[in-house]
Amino acid sequence: MAGTDLSGGAVAVAARQRPWAARGESDARRGRRPARRGDGRIAWVFLAPALIGFALFYLYPTIRGAYFSFTDYDLLSSPHSVGFANYTALWHDPLYWNALRVTLQYVVINIVSQTVLALALAWLMFRLTRSVLVRVLLLVPWLVPNVAVGLLWLWLLDANLGLVNHLITAVGGSSQGFFTTPSLAMPTIAMINTWQYTGYTALLFYAGMLQIPGNLYESARLDGAGELRTFTRITLPLLRPILALVLVVSLIGSFQIFDTISITPTHGGPINATRAVYYYIYELAFTQFRMGYACAVAMTLVLILGLLTFVQMRLLRASRSDLS
Amino acid sequence: MRSNRARVALALMAVTIPLATAGCSSSSGSSSGAVTITYALWDQTQQAGYQQCANDFEAKNPNIKIKITQAAWNNYWQNLTTEMTAGDAPDVFTDHVAYYPQLVADHQLLDLSSYVSSANIDLSQYQPGLADLWVDQGKRYGLPKDWDTEGLVYNSAMLKAAGVDPSTLDSLTWNPTDGGTFEKLIAELTVDDNGNNGLSPKFDKNHVKVYGFVPTYDDGAQGQNGWGDLAASNGFTFLPSNFSTSYDYNSTALSQTIDWFASLAKKGYAPPYSKSSSLGVQTVLDSGQGAITITGSFDVASYTGATAKQKYDFAELPIGPDGRKTFINDLSDAIWAGTKNPQQAWQWVQYLASPACQDVIASKGVVFPAITEASDKAEKARIAEGQDITPFVKEAEASGGTLTYPISQHEDQINTEVQSQLDSVWLGQSSAAAALSTAQTAVSGYMSQP
Repeated sequence: MAGTDLSGGAVAVAARQRPWAARGESDARRGRRPARRGDGRIAWVFLAPALIGFALFYLYPTIRGAYFSFTDYDLLSSPHSVGFANYTALWHDPLYWNALRVTLQYVVINIVSQTVLALALAWLMFRLTRSVLVRVLLLVPWLVPNVAVGLLWLWLLDANLGLVNHLITAVGGSSQGFFTTPSLAMPTIAMINTWQYTGYTALLFYAGMLQIPGNLYESARLDGAGELRTFTRITLPLLRPILALVLVVSLIGSFQIFDTISITPTHGGPINATRAVYYYIYELAFTQFRMGYACAVAMTLVLILGLLTFVQMRLLRASRSDLS
Repeated sequence: MRSNRARVALALMAVTIPLATAGCSSSSGSSSGAVTITYALWDQTQQAGYQQCANDFEAKNPNIKIKITQAAWNNYWQNLTTEMTAGDAPDVFTDHVAYYPQLVADHQLLDLSSYVSSANIDLSQYQPGLADLWVDQGKRYGLPKDWDTEGLVYNSAMLKAAGVDPSTLDSLTWNPTDGGTFEKLIAELTVDDNGNNGLSPKFDKNHVKVYGFVPTYDDGAQGQNGWGDLAASNGFTFLPSNFSTSYDYNSTALSQTIDWFASLAKKGYAPPYSKSSSLGVQTVLDSGQGAITITGSFDVASYTGATAKQKYDFAELPIGPDGRKTFINDLSDAIWAGTKNPQQAWQWVQYLASPACQDVIASKGVVFPAITEASDKAEKARIAEGQDITPFVKEAEASGGTLTYPISQHEDQINTEVQSQLDSVWLGQSSAAAALSTAQTAVSGYMSQP
């Protein structure tokens, strides 16, 4: 849970470190140490709200959660230590492994489709139009609350009464139970969220593309590079820091899939096909009162996300840009 | 100047913030002498009736204010338990037999025994059997509030079009082998795209226009709105007694029933699970794509109210090998153990369980109040509005015709597991006997936990 801001913040801090450090060095060389110390104090003041918020709402709950994961806490009576019992139970819990599996399925479908579509949209915008209207329209799905989006698609995709199935049968196909067929349920939910977040992701990529100096494209054109070649050889490599940031953040967000699942009437079904790990944690903690066990599951998720983020950052060399 | 203003602002904040937070702790406000009791319920259609009760109660008890909050069933329990965790739950709330044992185990409910005995409440005024449901190890955690039974609801026009006399519905028979006259009726009401009904040799089960029966597939571990009632009429019992730990999901009487229930979709008489609507059974009936379903009397209002898009009538459940059986369920009002004003909360609960309030509920005709006399009034109120709900009442009055919800610990885990296993039967991935045997193993595991 706390993984989100920790790593998101790390990217931001890493990005900001260089200018600060550079100025610090040159100030020191010029012998203006007092001014620098003044900056430092001010810096802490500006950082304080974020740091206090982080400590209060992320660090402290994470530590509490880690503690609860070694207890039998049921939310309502005081916790007793049970050692590693929750973790051994988890190892033998088929629903836990199932939750990880379906979450992974969701993440792969969601991230791949969302990233590819968003890159295509961003490239189209970058090449064709600077229209503010288009950008605003792209953001509309993102502005609608998740639950409203979920309900909307629930109606559209309904097996008996939905518009989509009406269209499918009108062209001679047979109607599909998008939420009630185990093999379709999770891909459906993943694509609903892709629909919602693609526009926003596209805007981030678009902003990244705007930062790439125009002369690079000019020389590419002079050398006779086509559209595809320009995209793969110039845009994509220079977009890497933004791409890395967006991937890390959306991957973590994607692991936290909850609201769309919680409003589908199958509640994690059919046959556990949509019981993703966040939904499972929620069920354990707040409907079954097994807070200690829920915390153990949450802790493993923190570990997995931390590891994934680390690997991603290393692979994509997120803090280095090829522009400088 | 500026710093002065800043200081004034700070001082103002220092005063207002504690005030604002004090305003948040709702249930205490004892300074003026009036106490506010918060009351939570889930049924929107009943809120008007209970608001009337609250107004009458406040008039008689000027020192107590009642604040009613309503959340839909799907969110109700999660809201409630989260509020309990946060130490800010409603003083009094509508309780369900399936959920209260867990709350008792977690010390969240006030034991009402001493209040009930010192107020000399006559427990015989309630529908027989209901008052006992709320006693766990000699302690009482609620007084009966209202009850409901299950029945058939059918599209009157479709029945007429098929030439079926509605009066024959109350004598339908059912068995898990060939489905009895109940299955015959379902087949008769099923119509394919070419207009052939389910009994015709030309019936095309792959192109069905109207399904004879729309089952409730997501019905948890009890099947209150369908398979549970039929299984009981086939001789199945969930638990030998309340708070027992020996569930019997391995029973043949149950697996036969589940197999029959799943067979309807294979024959084309019911929408298959994978193509069933996510929007609920009534939405399908309203759209004219279904003829019959099994529903609780608690839903009568939505089938007959202004939003219903078809004309519906009700009938008794079919008679099974072991007779006609319906779930009878009861709700109660519970007091949260963390309430700051138990005495005032009790006064409100006592009023809710009294003829004065239950008569008001009866006059609204939405549910059957637990007090027998008030219940008769509710029936008359409905009939006066042109809705014949006598099937539900007749079933409740028939001797040996009702079963109550199985009351046990771990209800939530059992629900999830049994529902998952039944999903695999509905999807044709497993036989009922195999799926239920897996479920039974898991359920026995839960029951062996503390």
